[in-house]
Amino acid sequence: MSEYLFWIPLLPLLGFLINGLLLGKLPRPVVSAVACVSVGLSFVLSLLLFFELRSLPPAAREIEQVLFTWIAAGSFHVDIAFLLDPLSAVMILVVTGVGFLIHVYSTGYMHHDKDFGRYFAYLNLFTFSMLTLVLANNFLLMFVGWEGVGLCSYLLIGFWFHKKSASDAGKKAFIVNRIGDFGFLLGMFIIFWQVGSLEFKTVMEQAPAMFVAGGGLITAACLLLFVGATGKSAQIPLYVWLPDAMEGPTPVSALIHAATMVTAGVYMIARSSVLYMMAPDALMVVAIIGAATAFFAATIGLAQNDIKRVLAYSTVSQLGYMFLACGVAAFGAGIFHLMTHAFFKALLFLAAGSVIHAMSEKQDMREMGGLKKYLPITYMTMLIATLAIAGIPGLSGFFSKDEILWKAFSSQHGHWLLWLVGFITAGLTAFYMFRLIYMTFHGKERMDEHTRSHIHESPRSMTVPLMALAVLSVIGGYIGMPHIFGVTNYFEEWLAPVVHGPGHQAASHALAAAGADTSMEWALMAASVILVIIAIFVARHFYNKKPEAATAMAEKMSGMKTLLANKYYVDEFYGATVVRPIVNGSLFLWKFVDVVIIDGTINGLAVISRDISEVLRYVQGGKVRNYATVFVAGVIVLVAYFIFG
Amino acid sequence: MVPIHAYLMLAMILFGIGAFGVLVSRNVIVMFMSVELMLNAANLVLIAFSRALGVVDGHVFVFLVLAVAAAEAAVGLAMIITIYRNRETINIDRYNLLKW
Repeated sequence: MSEYLFWIPLLPLLGFLINGLLLGKLPRPVVSAVACVSVGLSFVLSLLLFFELRSLPPAAREIEQVLFTWIAAGSFHVDIAFLLDPLSAVMILVVTGVGFLIHVYSTGYMHHDKDFGRYFAYLNLFTFSMLTLVLANNFLLMFVGWEGVGLCSYLLIGFWFHKKSASDAGKKAFIVNRIGDFGFLLGMFIIFWQVGSLEFKTVMEQAPAMFVAGGGLITAACLLLFVGATGKSAQIPLYVWLPDAMEGPTPVSALIHAATMVTAGVYMIARSSVLYMMAPDALMVVAIIGAATAFFAATIGLAQNDIKRVLAYSTVSQLGYMFLACGVAAFGAGIFHLMTHAFFKALLFLAAGSVIHAMSEKQDMREMGGLKKYLPITYMTMLIATLAIAGIPGLSGFFSKDEILWKAFSSQHGHWLLWLVGFITAGLTAFYMFRLIYMTFHGKERMDEHTRSHIHESPRSMTVPLMALAVLSVIGGYIGMPHIFGVTNYFEEWLAPVVHGPGHQAASHALAAAGADTSMEWALMAASVILVIIAIFVARHFYNKKPEAATAMAEKMSGMKTLLANKYYVDEFYGATVVRPIVNGSLFLWKFVDVVIIDGTINGLAVISRDISEVLRYVQGGKVRNYATVFVAGVIVLVAYFIFG
Repeated sequence: MVPIHAYLMLAMILFGIGAFGVLVSRNVIVMFMSVELMLNAANLVLIAFSRALGVVDGHVFVFLVLAVAAAEAAVGLAMIITIYRNRETINIDRYNLLKW
């Protein structure tokens, strides 16, 4: 069975080749069949391999397949090889599973688009790249996938490239990601320089011998890798591209900018957990950046009116949670939240897509309201996802978020301040998500008559994936329940061989085993649940019961509201401090250095020789006798020179 | 015995006439004949010195010059005829296609 591992990424690649090479030749049903079946088969294969992996003893859970040597230059050796271990198994299940549902959804959502084939070709290419990223057995192949998903993200954000805002957003995403990728590359160089290999297994085995724990070099390597992660996973300071990425089609936002690609940074850090454990300072930076991003993005989400932008900032915020978990050395909790987040955030985006579809492509929540009775399935599924992300007990988001908060509080790398930021953010999350629900589905119908007449529930191809994801959003959390419920945390155990904060994990096991004091954990859990419920009621008060109260409140705090609605002017700040100087510098190089100095030198030489010729050409008067006269005069001068000289 | 400077004087006069003819004439044929005159002036100098010094080197040069002059006359006249067919003139001032 394990020899079929390489088919998992290969199948979507085949789908891409078929749809891409026969672009515009295939009828739509064939295009969607090729795209969905290739990813679906990939999912089935992932499941089979997952079960095979599970049948192995925990310490030996590892399937590696070396296809061929890619680069061999001196001591530098890189294979095209795939590695399936518990961590990548989780990732491929999420990527192919959620990816498959989104492919199916897209067949309905993109039904009217004229570039149907191009869309599915890109989507398959993305799936291929993402699977390469998570299955790679070395940093370089991972980087290939990393760049591949970046490319697909660019292509799909700018899918409707005739819209200037969409092509601009694509460029922004690509350029901002390049900054992060530069950090990733440098981090990779340091690792190769010290260890002499880029293969994960070799690096993780030899790193303790090659690096001084806590030393400057390992800290630099980890921080540089984290710079890469901040780019791809939209963390401060490189998060600015993600909200703009909402210009792409909504299923793309769900797949790439919520469920899979943006979590690549979290995956990469979990994959390098051994390195990060050796660099506590880098871990602290990761935790602080994560917590800050979670809080910062959540506050921006409070004041956005575009339904997709709320979700975008929510994604940035939730990614911050995952980094917070990684930063307190709870890598398992980070991956757990990655998985549950993939379920409920993909569902939120797809449901939002269903709303946008029904609203004739309108995205402003101020023009919605009262959609509950028109879109019952969308409403129900979106409500489930919202409850999950808010952290209502019993749903997936509750377990993962609670674990992160508890680890932030209790881990030896944690701090109560980190917990507090995460705790407040949980309240903000519940508030803005229910604001979205109330503004969209409840209250007065604020849309115009024309739009209202067109509202319809989405077709089956869109609602079935919604329902499937809703089921996952509900049950997805039960595989990782905390120890205090008296059950085994299957998820943590599953990941234990790969991602481990050594010591910490053992301590937490011991704590649970000894039946130590769990009252603190219960208390914190209860506190966050109460906060969330209060936040929901506040949102209900402002946006459902008394909309006028919200308006009054907004007027009272208009300064704050303007600040939030304008996203803290971060884009403007970057524009003034980074973009403008670069643009001006480039203008200087273009208009002055290139046009004036370089072109000026070349053109100047040409002008000088032309002007000299202009004068000299009159010598060629066309009168043969003149030439002869000059000739004779010359001879006379020469003769005179020889005689008298 | 005619002294050598007499030959040289004659050659100089002949050469001067030839050069003058080339410079002032507009007629290609006349210019051509003037060039021949200059060549023969040079031949005269060569013969005169050859005789005065009692060696035959000058004679050799003269035969060479005569041969070249004959070839040149053939080619030159052929060219003049061809140009005349095209431009219907032998005025050298009208042969100015390459001016500027």
